[in-house]
Amino acid sequence: MQAAVVVFPGSNREVDAAKALEAAMGRPPEMVWHRDSELPKVDLIVVPGGFSYGDYLRCGAIAAHSPVLREVKARAKAGVAVLGICNGFQILTEAGLLPGVLLRNAGLGFVCRNVGLKVETSQSLFTSGYSQGQTLSIPVAHHDGNYFADGEMLDRLEDKGQIAFRYCDAAGGETSEANPNGSARNIAGVFNDTKNVLGLMPHPENAIEPLQGSTDGKALFKGIVEAFS
Amino acid sequence: MNKPVGAGTSEPAITPQIVAEHGLTAEEYERVLSIMGRVPSMTELGIFSVMWSEHCSYKSSRKWLRRLPTTGKVVIQGPGENAGVIDIGDGQAAIFKMESHNHPSFIEPYQGAATGVGGIMRDVFTMGARPIANLNALRFGAPDDPKTRHLLGGVVAGIGGYGNCMGVPTVGGEVNFHSAYNGNILVNAMTVGIADKNKIFYSKAAGVGNPVIYVGAKTGRDGIHGATMASAEFTEDSEEKRPTVQVGDPFTEKLLLEACLELMATDAIVAIQDMGAAGLTSSSVEMSSKGGLGIELELDRVPMRESGMTPYEIMLSESQERMLMVIKPEAREQARAVFEKWELDFAEIGRLTESGHLVLKMNGRVYADMPVAPLVEQAPVYERPHLPTPPAQAISSTSLPARDPITSLLKLMGSADLCSRRWVWEQYDHLVMGQTVVRPGGDAAVVRLERGPKGLALTTDCTPRYCQADPKTGGAQAVAESWRNLTAVGALPLAITDNMNFGNPQRPEIMGQFVGCVEGIREACLALDYPVVSGNVSLYNETNGKGILPTPAIGGVGVIDDVGKATTIAFKDAGEAIIVIGKTAGHLGCSLYLREIEGREEGAPPPVDLAAERAHGDFVRARIGARELTACHDLADGGLLVAVAEMALAGNIGASIALPKDVPAHAFCFGEDQGRYLVTAAKPKAESLLAAARAAGVPAAMLGETGGNALTLAGGNTISLNELRAAHEGFLPALMNG
Repeated sequence: MQAAVVVFPGSNREVDAAKALEAAMGRPPEMVWHRDSELPKVDLIVVPGGFSYGDYLRCGAIAAHSPVLREVKARAKAGVAVLGICNGFQILTEAGLLPGVLLRNAGLGFVCRNVGLKVETSQSLFTSGYSQGQTLSIPVAHHDGNYFADGEMLDRLEDKGQIAFRYCDAAGGETSEANPNGSARNIAGVFNDTKNVLGLMPHPENAIEPLQGSTDGKALFKGIVEAFS
Repeated sequence: MNKPVGAGTSEPAITPQIVAEHGLTAEEYERVLSIMGRVPSMTELGIFSVMWSEHCSYKSSRKWLRRLPTTGKVVIQGPGENAGVIDIGDGQAAIFKMESHNHPSFIEPYQGAATGVGGIMRDVFTMGARPIANLNALRFGAPDDPKTRHLLGGVVAGIGGYGNCMGVPTVGGEVNFHSAYNGNILVNAMTVGIADKNKIFYSKAAGVGNPVIYVGAKTGRDGIHGATMASAEFTEDSEEKRPTVQVGDPFTEKLLLEACLELMATDAIVAIQDMGAAGLTSSSVEMSSKGGLGIELELDRVPMRESGMTPYEIMLSESQERMLMVIKPEAREQARAVFEKWELDFAEIGRLTESGHLVLKMNGRVYADMPVAPLVEQAPVYERPHLPTPPAQAISSTSLPARDPITSLLKLMGSADLCSRRWVWEQYDHLVMGQTVVRPGGDAAVVRLERGPKGLALTTDCTPRYCQADPKTGGAQAVAESWRNLTAVGALPLAITDNMNFGNPQRPEIMGQFVGCVEGIREACLALDYPVVSGNVSLYNETNGKGILPTPAIGGVGVIDDVGKATTIAFKDAGEAIIVIGKTAGHLGCSLYLREIEGREEGAPPPVDLAAERAHGDFVRARIGARELTACHDLADGGLLVAVAEMALAGNIGASIALPKDVPAHAFCFGEDQGRYLVTAAKPKAESLLAAARAAGVPAAMLGETGGNALTLAGGNTISLNELRAAHEGFLPALMNG
């Protein structure tokens, strides 16, 4: 399997993502600079966390118009797997690759903590390493992770199985206390309608070894690698 | 032949009023005249003013700072560079420093704190290190002061806003509240970076003719006279000084970090210095003075954000995210390419000369031509009169009324200084880089190094009320507590950075506090083999003549060979033995119990026995290294029962605690005797642990047992963890969101 990590000025979890991929693939991914208008031939493109272009204007808005994103969009349309984490999720929604938007956290502040996540489906390239309904502990670290879409769109996403993860408590309850940012229907991650694009706010790349306090993120990367092997 | 300095410029002539406005005394101005041999130009006067400000010259503190131990087998670079450097083995060095941004943060909390974080990170990466962790030490006014909420909210958001964007985890720190900080908060930021030992960059310029390069953000009119502001007392109209607070752009700094590290991987750079306080002035003067060279700058070439800036403004601007470098002439194009890749300004603005003078030109006119050496070497040094703090009265614990310890515990756990800081550190990205092993909320943070399994333990500490009551004991205690906190996670403490926050040094009693604290720090550093490698002094922390509590914040760095061995404060399992290491006399003078429960802020602080401190710490560290302990917590503010409660809440496991007969219950539970740790061990190992302590001459006693979901004292008095947690976690959210 071949993977690439897109690097924008202001990306800051590209190394964390690369390490998680390397652990799963056995070799490092290619790092692609934002000005490159050509991507290597890969099976997976990761758009990592951070503050692309400073996140001035609106989170992810400028990155969505960068040269490399044109290429990411074309690849996604051709069926290549694209994973957007945190700022990457914001960028993919801004670029129109994923439905909905990410607003300022309901509490208005940045929030960094481990959250409970419920796996909504194991029927995807990205979540095949999990079982449906499984609860995970994965950290979040963001200021604008409040997922929003109108009711009609949310219903449609649910009907078509496009919800990947929801925030939950230890017992799996999708409570408002377990929701760190006010996201609609506790949504933490969504797929596009062909399920080859996933965006999520939590950071599975920071939960891959015991010293990080949780290894629940590992199965996401391992599952992708297995799907391509 | 150059025209005379100032000829043809529109700078005003120097008058006594202009001299006074620049904060120079009559004697200092006399010295300027004798160095220059003539009346200085306006630009030259501005340069003298900032270089000789308290902030840049350390003129009140220098004499005393010389007493601090700054050498040792791990020290690669002590104070005097951008940051201190220590050897952490395996060819690697840790580079770190703590610095204050107190005055700007009071005027504009978000930007003040943010640029404080940005400034200290530049100090570290300018030496070639990648920052791997940020910490801070914050003091605010009383929680009910009308400004506290606004200041706390702004400062925390500013620290997070800058550090989070930089992708450097903020892993630890301290936050305290006291009315003495109502008009003058303290914002001290610390950064720790890692570099290869043989790839450290210094600021000493070399090579006559070498180009002087300006990189980073453009220069604007912001922050002019920041260093002078930081060297004056606050008055009612200080908030009108808002325009002197700089505005930070962490995005640009992130680019600057990556660009600098990319260029540093080559051998293009001869010397590099960040533009912090006093901007282009201090960076150019320091680089040339360390190299014993002159420097000539063409100020027209400085990238500027606005038009019409004068040389005076360009030299005094404190615009952020800028660096000055001397590079090898043949590396020009290579260096330019790196900065252009990162879309940063890159301008060759001058060259090194053999004249020994700082020469500033703009539009063909000479605005300054001044000798560098005397500007630095003849900076005033004052031996200010100092009055020792009168000894505080000892307070006997038996003179205090006996009270129910559980009721007191609940109140203490929900008090401003002991409540959970979760509300603060959840706003900091403490996990980015993926190496945070021990997160905020414990004694010290632990971050793994890239190559692992080795890691660094990091902490910031100070107990200002002890320093106020007895500066020498307080200074020693701050150092000892940081040493103990590093030890409590299993690390070997190596060195410290100090951030000395005091009031007006021209008042003998304030200077006496400073002198006393330095003496205490000195003794503790010597006894614990724990040198000072960097630091910062912030004086004039007063508002309308009222000083803050003396606050020498200590940032400690230690190393742990295997982060997998690091202990945390959380109880791990039910049925384990709880053992207290160190002697509990029940010292309540100057304690939080006395303040929060009895409403008395008085008494002598607990004595600091440095020999015992060292013996107890070495014992605990060895036990952690041998994996004999399951949890460990330093005993500090609030004493023993507060520590038990913190460990129980962290592990969500209760405990039952025995009370001795020879010490009153309130003194035993809440006394703040120093040199103590609370540890847990599997029961079968408890006896051998106690025996080992006896053999090492370290006092150790069985205190109780973990288990259940409540804290229970001998005799049956009990409180549920849920009730404790509600009080402990509730205070800050209620204050900030209520």
